[in-house]
Amino acid sequence: MDLYEHQARQLFEEYGILVPRAEVTDSAKEARACAERLGGRVVVKAQVKTGGRGKAGGVKLAADPAAAELTARQILGMDIKGHTVGAVMLAQPVEIDSEFYVSYVLDRTQGRFVAIASAEGGMDIEEVAAIRPEAVVRVPIDPFEGVPRQKAAEIAAAAGLPDAAADTLAALWNVLIREDALLVEVNPLVRTARGEILALDGKVTLDDNARFRQARWDARDETQDRERGGLEAAAAAKGLNYVKLDGEVGVIGNGAGLVMSTLDVVAGCGARPADFLDIGGGASAQIMADGLSVILSDPSVTAVFVNVFGGITACDAVADGIVRALDSVRLTKPLVVRLDGNNAARGRAILDERAHPLVEQATTMDGAARRAAELAHAA
Amino acid sequence: MAIFLTKESKVLVQGMTGAEGMKHTRRMLAAGTDVVGGVNPRKAGRSVDFDDRAVPVFGSVLDGMEATGADVTVVFVPPAFSKAAVMEAADAGIGLAVVITEGIPVHDSVAFHAYAERHGTRVIGPNCPGLITPGQANAGIIPADITKPGRIGLVSKSGTLTYQLMYELRDIGFSTCVGIGGDPVVGTTHIDCLAAFEADPDTELIVLIGEIGGDAEERAAAYVQESVSKPVVAYIAGFTAPEGRTMGHAGAIVSGSSGTAQAKKAALEAVGVRVGGTPTETAELVLERLAGPARPRTE
Repeated sequence: MDLYEHQARQLFEEYGILVPRAEVTDSAKEARACAERLGGRVVVKAQVKTGGRGKAGGVKLAADPAAAELTARQILGMDIKGHTVGAVMLAQPVEIDSEFYVSYVLDRTQGRFVAIASAEGGMDIEEVAAIRPEAVVRVPIDPFEGVPRQKAAEIAAAAGLPDAAADTLAALWNVLIREDALLVEVNPLVRTARGEILALDGKVTLDDNARFRQARWDARDETQDRERGGLEAAAAAKGLNYVKLDGEVGVIGNGAGLVMSTLDVVAGCGARPADFLDIGGGASAQIMADGLSVILSDPSVTAVFVNVFGGITACDAVADGIVRALDSVRLTKPLVVRLDGNNAARGRAILDERAHPLVEQATTMDGAARRAAELAHAA
Repeated sequence: MAIFLTKESKVLVQGMTGAEGMKHTRRMLAAGTDVVGGVNPRKAGRSVDFDDRAVPVFGSVLDGMEATGADVTVVFVPPAFSKAAVMEAADAGIGLAVVITEGIPVHDSVAFHAYAERHGTRVIGPNCPGLITPGQANAGIIPADITKPGRIGLVSKSGTLTYQLMYELRDIGFSTCVGIGGDPVVGTTHIDCLAAFEADPDTELIVLIGEIGGDAEERAAAYVQESVSKPVVAYIAGFTAPEGRTMGHAGAIVSGSSGTAQAKKAALEAVGVRVGGTPTETAELVLERLAGPARPRTE
């Protein structure tokens, strides 16, 4: 889960990293009051989980509280790369002397977190790394040693950052570990005209797998759901692994790899998948019914493809699930079902017996995808 | 001979007394696996009856190894306890730890991978279906009745795609099938399996299944060019996955231009690996390759 900038800022502050004074609001009127409390002149920043806010006009300087209200009114509700701005952060402006970049990110190949630091902050770090690779320092971190002050000082020195930035690096490691983050990034980390080291903007991605030991996450989830589309929110509420896509064929399968493969095969037949729904291993009738109801409620879906390979999952159980789903959900669109593997013959017999006019069976994945694509286009 | 797991392997199950552990221990035994014990400190000294076999429960991996000579452990313990379980197995000096558990926090797996590496323990997983050497042994949750022993080696990030390909090629059979898992950080990699299959006299052809995210497939392609003489056929899932979205597996996410299915396919094809457009087409490529004249791969 990605955090908003203001949530990242708050975390940094809790861990002793200096940040500009700031407040967050979803109302333009309230923005004026925030600006007054912050001394009048403020930077108004759109809170969206995507980059390129500045270029899109989502970050602006306001000279006084009245201007802050006006600017907040312009930015709130703005669309930035498909994200609607629901809140703005108002921050005290900072006089910048120099800008740096620091982060910890997972290096999948090494299986380690690495510190990335550069004295050339403020711009896209991938761009800096491409143009001047020597300006970007990468240091793998031993999970059992972490980043004590001495290690942080070495990283700062290697990247040409002032020694005071080592405090930020050490504190940022604590954020990474204690908050179960997969990414913590400060860009830019700045030295102000007064010589302070300040985190001006930040990005934090938390590890969803660590939810069980991170009690504070549920509150953050509510804001997450607000940004998520209606269907995805509905699916998440039912505990379904669902991703909304742009096409017309609804796709249900078991196992992430097989569902991704199904999307590809559908696309290969000239149709576009409308969604991704993984019912997982040992799918119950309830999950099948919930999944079908979410997919059928999507108006862009014109045909549904259920693709199951019974490994652990028994195909007769899946067929039972479909039959029970047909009893509780009114099927309004054609359904193509391909069952293979464990107990496939019994599963197919169960669907044959139910003989629903909108349910068709196919014996191969490729054949079923072709049929689903035909039906989707015929609709 | 197969890789990593044979009928000689003596297997412990950490978390055997839980629901998943019980279900799959029964299946592993039915597949002929020599499951020599379970591990659960709260139930040490008891035993669990599986049909005609009583499997003892040990208080620790070390106790189990000392009593039975176990050299493989399969980990079914819940995510919160997985780090401690793998580190305990590594401390005991076990050769192979197969971590089935899904949903382990990444900081925990980073730690246990580093720890296992220092102790010389090979880890497969986490979040994987394990591995099977058909006709000999099964360590994990791969269904044992899909196929028979044969000459294809398979390595895959995905469980159900592994089953699908095993099924499509069931008449040829497999030496060993390894599900390495779909997490961002896994222990045993595609490359480790390619190296082992290359050295395995029972394996004639290698099937490599990848998916979007990371650069493991690109690295595997480079390795094939340098060090693999046996034919390799590949399949990649996720051509239509949108950028920046998690697709079921924690590791299956495309970031920017890196980790795309297109890039992986191109890297593999550039070194002479044929890549199927669908699982079925991939199986056809395998059959074609096995039927054709045995000739070295041309670069």
